[in-house]
Amino acid sequence: MYNFEIITSAIDHFLHSVMPAQLAVITECVLIAVCTLVAYVAFAIVMIFMERKVCAAFQCRLGPTRVGFWGLLQVFADVFKMLIKEIISINNSDSLLYRLAPYLVVLSSILTFSCLPFDKGLQVLDFNVGVFFLMAASSFGVLGILLAGWSSNNKFSMIGAMRSGAQMISYELSIGLCMLTMVVLSGTMQISEIVEQQVDGWFIFKGHLPAVVAFIIYLIAGNAETNRAPFDLPEAESELTAGYHTEYSGMHFGFFYVAEFMNLFIVAGIASTLFLGGWTPLYIKGFDSFNAIMDYIPGIVWFLGKTFFLIWVLMWFRWTFPRLRVDHVPTLEWKYMVPIGLVNLLIMTICVVMNWIF
Amino acid sequence: MKFSETYIGGILFASASLLTGLRTTLKEFFTPKVTEQYPENRATLKISERHRAMLYMPLDENGNNKCIACGLCQSACPNSTIIVKTKNIVDEESGKSKKVLDEYIYDLGSCMFCQLCVNACPKDAIAFNNQFENAVFDRKKLVIRLNK
Ligand code: SF4
Ligand code: SF4
Repeated sequence: MYNFEIITSAIDHFLHSVMPAQLAVITECVLIAVCTLVAYVAFAIVMIFMERKVCAAFQCRLGPTRVGFWGLLQVFADVFKMLIKEIISINNSDSLLYRLAPYLVVLSSILTFSCLPFDKGLQVLDFNVGVFFLMAASSFGVLGILLAGWSSNNKFSMIGAMRSGAQMISYELSIGLCMLTMVVLSGTMQISEIVEQQVDGWFIFKGHLPAVVAFIIYLIAGNAETNRAPFDLPEAESELTAGYHTEYSGMHFGFFYVAEFMNLFIVAGIASTLFLGGWTPLYIKGFDSFNAIMDYIPGIVWFLGKTFFLIWVLMWFRWTFPRLRVDHVPTLEWKYMVPIGLVNLLIMTICVVMNWIF
Repeated sequence: MKFSETYIGGILFASASLLTGLRTTLKEFFTPKVTEQYPENRATLKISERHRAMLYMPLDENGNNKCIACGLCQSACPNSTIIVKTKNIVDEESGKSKKVLDEYIYDLGSCMFCQLCVNACPKDAIAFNNQFENAVFDRKKLVIRLNK
């Protein structure tokens, strides 16, 4: 089994040996910030490319093929285009909030991103109430969206932001319930601990029925959290132009765009952490040689493999289902997912208490 | 009350219909893609026979132009795309003067490919072919004389 802690602690020791302790800590912070941001952008680029190709395949097309080999440079062309666009300031908008909003959205998604355990010891934020922190960090993104709609001085933005607020806050509940279900199963809120416990069996197998139900509810609610189709009412093009980011241009729009994609990555990453065992390899009891081979695949490959598979599933949803009607969104949440989630939490608790888990 | 309208039935019914949708798109995901990679596939490109790209004048089996210069196509065209220029020649046998086609001018730039001209022609002297690569750098090059 690979362990990244060896590398990180080696860097730590090295820094402490060449500079005073405080300076070393600051240097580490800067290093980690740079690494996180680079990883964030790199994954965003991969995701945008993947979205284009997967969407194309579902629509029986080829997707971008012209810019670079197999269209690989298309995303860079897009990013470059977005960078050179003018950032327009809107008359009568609340300019401070208007400028602040995209950064809040991105900040929330970066904070959540840094909770993801990429491999053993390869995790930026890891402490005893990690799951709580994750939920808190991911839920203040909605603040940025509300501010964007509020400050734009545009009724479409406003309606989009209000829809987004109503939708994200209610679906937050289902996400919380699903996470609690898994916390009940694992008995800890520390993310690295949760993954550690899945070495001898992923939670979706260990927790059988309630875990599967929680997984499905999580995928639905997570899709709604990212404001993607079929839950893309906040930016429903046919009704609201572009919803809360109608008035944004250039890189400010780019932030919303990137944050949306990265939220998808984060939702899939958390799902693979909580349900599919994060970086732990797949073991089948009794097949020792098979398990030994699985051990040779590094944890980060496992994590990214599971995450990208889930992203593909979420994209599959997106390009299959039509958008929900406005009144159906709260109906689905409050009449179906919350009650089922609560009952599911109860069943999971009973299973854990009676020791009916594997 | 039907079972599909009850709470549990609704969930099952909805899941089943969503799964049907997922199955359909999954099939689509793996089918061969329909995108035409145009300049590369020029050799193998198949354009439908009925595609209207360019007006031309098919010749009869003796290689003669079938047009009798009646001008019906010109009057049928809503865009004044066609100009039929005629001339009079004297028939050698009867010695009578006869109107024949001099120049058949077609402006590709203003044609909207409605095919009204082709339908109006009593002699099938004009038709559309599927030669679609008609881009030129000068608007004047789009005004074409169709008869040789
Ligand atoms: S296709 Fe229509 S527009 Fe074009 S020449 Fe014929 S009648 Fe005129
Ligand atoms: S092309 Fe046909 S319709 Fe037009 S002038 Fe000739 S015969 Fe008449």
